[in-house]
Amino acid sequence: MIQALCPVRGVQHLTENIFVLSFTSAEISASIRAGQFINVKVDEGFEPLLRRPFSVYRVEGEDVEIIFNVVGKGTAALSRKRSGDWIDVLGPLGVPFTLNGEEFQTAILVGGGLGVAPLPISTGELLRNGKQVMTVLGARSASQLVVSHLRNLHIATDDGSKGYHGNVVGLVKELMSSRSIPRAKIFACGPTAMLRAIGVFAIAEDIPCEVSLEGPMGCGFGICQGCPVELVGEGRKYALMCKDGPTFDVRKIRI
Amino acid sequence: MMVKTSFMLRGVEFKNRVLAASGTFGYGDECVDFMNVNGLGGLIMKSLSMKPRDGNPPTRIVETAGGMLNSIGLANIGVQRFIVEKLPFLRTLQTAIIANIAASTIEEYCDVLDTLEGEEGIDGYEINVSCPNVKEGGLSFGTSCELTEEITRRLRARTEKPLIIKLTPNVTHISDFARAVEGAGADAVSVINTLIGMAVDVKTRKPILSTVTGGLSGPAIKPVALAKVYETARAVQIPVIGIGGIMNTTDALEFLMVGATAVQVGTVNFIDPAAGTKIAAGIEQYCADHQIDDTGALVGSLDARTGVSVLDTWI
Repeated sequence: MIQALCPVRGVQHLTENIFVLSFTSAEISASIRAGQFINVKVDEGFEPLLRRPFSVYRVEGEDVEIIFNVVGKGTAALSRKRSGDWIDVLGPLGVPFTLNGEEFQTAILVGGGLGVAPLPISTGELLRNGKQVMTVLGARSASQLVVSHLRNLHIATDDGSKGYHGNVVGLVKELMSSRSIPRAKIFACGPTAMLRAIGVFAIAEDIPCEVSLEGPMGCGFGICQGCPVELVGEGRKYALMCKDGPTFDVRKIRI
Repeated sequence: MMVKTSFMLRGVEFKNRVLAASGTFGYGDECVDFMNVNGLGGLIMKSLSMKPRDGNPPTRIVETAGGMLNSIGLANIGVQRFIVEKLPFLRTLQTAIIANIAASTIEEYCDVLDTLEGEEGIDGYEINVSCPNVKEGGLSFGTSCELTEEITRRLRARTEKPLIIKLTPNVTHISDFARAVEGAGADAVSVINTLIGMAVDVKTRKPILSTVTGGLSGPAIKPVALAKVYETARAVQIPVIGIGGIMNTTDALEFLMVGATAVQVGTVNFIDPAAGTKIAAGIEQYCADHQIDDTGALVGSLDARTGVSVLDTWI
């Protein structure tokens, strides 16, 4: 883990209010794993006050990319960055997806909206691990889709403007019932309601499943205790999203 | 020039006047990747209770204008696990280690202190009195002058180590509480704990925090904290440790000038874990730049001749 000022390479406006910011960090590009995140201080001074957490989207050489929707002043400030600006980055943080091992042979990557964020970096890692990859991506409408750097892609849109008409979990169910995918494991990232639904499906079908959670965080590395995730079973009641997650085995948490 | 940065509190030397505030620095081991912990004057541990506490359900934190609200619920590993799992690492540090104690009965305060008292590596205690008193229906101990005084007296009788009482600002006159604990034998007061605040989600019409209200911290509370430190420092002889929205050297200097003997940095640790060490270095540099050979000379150095204090007059 490092805290460093990193030079911004550029900001790309993809579609509607979705942007990709690229910055250079030899340390983070070399050590980040799919599913981990970085915590970004978007400006000098303390406005906004807290850092903003982002899954890493892609790594290209020493450049690291994050993808975000402009939702508030933090992301608005990031969207205005130019090549030559600097951002203060803390990372890599959190527990990565478990993308290796004998547990599975085919990874079903499921993203809802900007939950696509960790999927390209995951795809790269899975392919290097010799795994098969199928990707199921959902969005409100076709204009909100970000489809690059993905493999074997299936699309769902809520308004039916592209692909399957309905939510991404519906499409996952249809795909998995219409074909035999031996030794599959689901890796999902997206809105809480989507993760809850995919978890219910995975548990019912006895498919291994890891989810990447998103939610309010203070520090991103465990000292503020601000991001509890309820655990299932006896013992510790809460895990911390930032330190014990953001990726969790869906069977171990209550979403 | 050489600047003396250290200060003493009941025989314990603090190498500089900047400490990490309780609940904002874990148990010291989470931040070692990002900064040199030994550059701080001291670490105040996350609150310890007798038994482990799970803490409150989500949502526990929310950012607000210039600050943040928290309602962690004193989630902690309990004093026994602290001794076994955290203290061995803390003993290797070259900075003062202050245990912070939280409890729901006066007896529990005593039990936690007794449990720690025999352990090597604890340099002193800070007492969090902003805890719900189960015997009084959950009203905070810290809003009762009598109970705050009694806790202090009971704990004073059990330790010769520095005893610091962390006062809540959610009272009418914080200086009354400072006088009471001074009389009961406290060695210092920490001023202030968080201010009670609230935030609402207008889409759902629900409070954002699961506990409805929480503690406000960050730059938003700094002017309030400064006034409380000023009020307290004029009321008592014991040192006042200033806390509240300190983000940089200038903020810390303001607290020292209005009468704080030392400061604690809290919320800023979440954003920049190295902030405290930078502030300690910044205070030393300020002194060097102004030909001051002891950071202690800054304490209470406010030139208030031209101002009329709001403590003495109507606003």
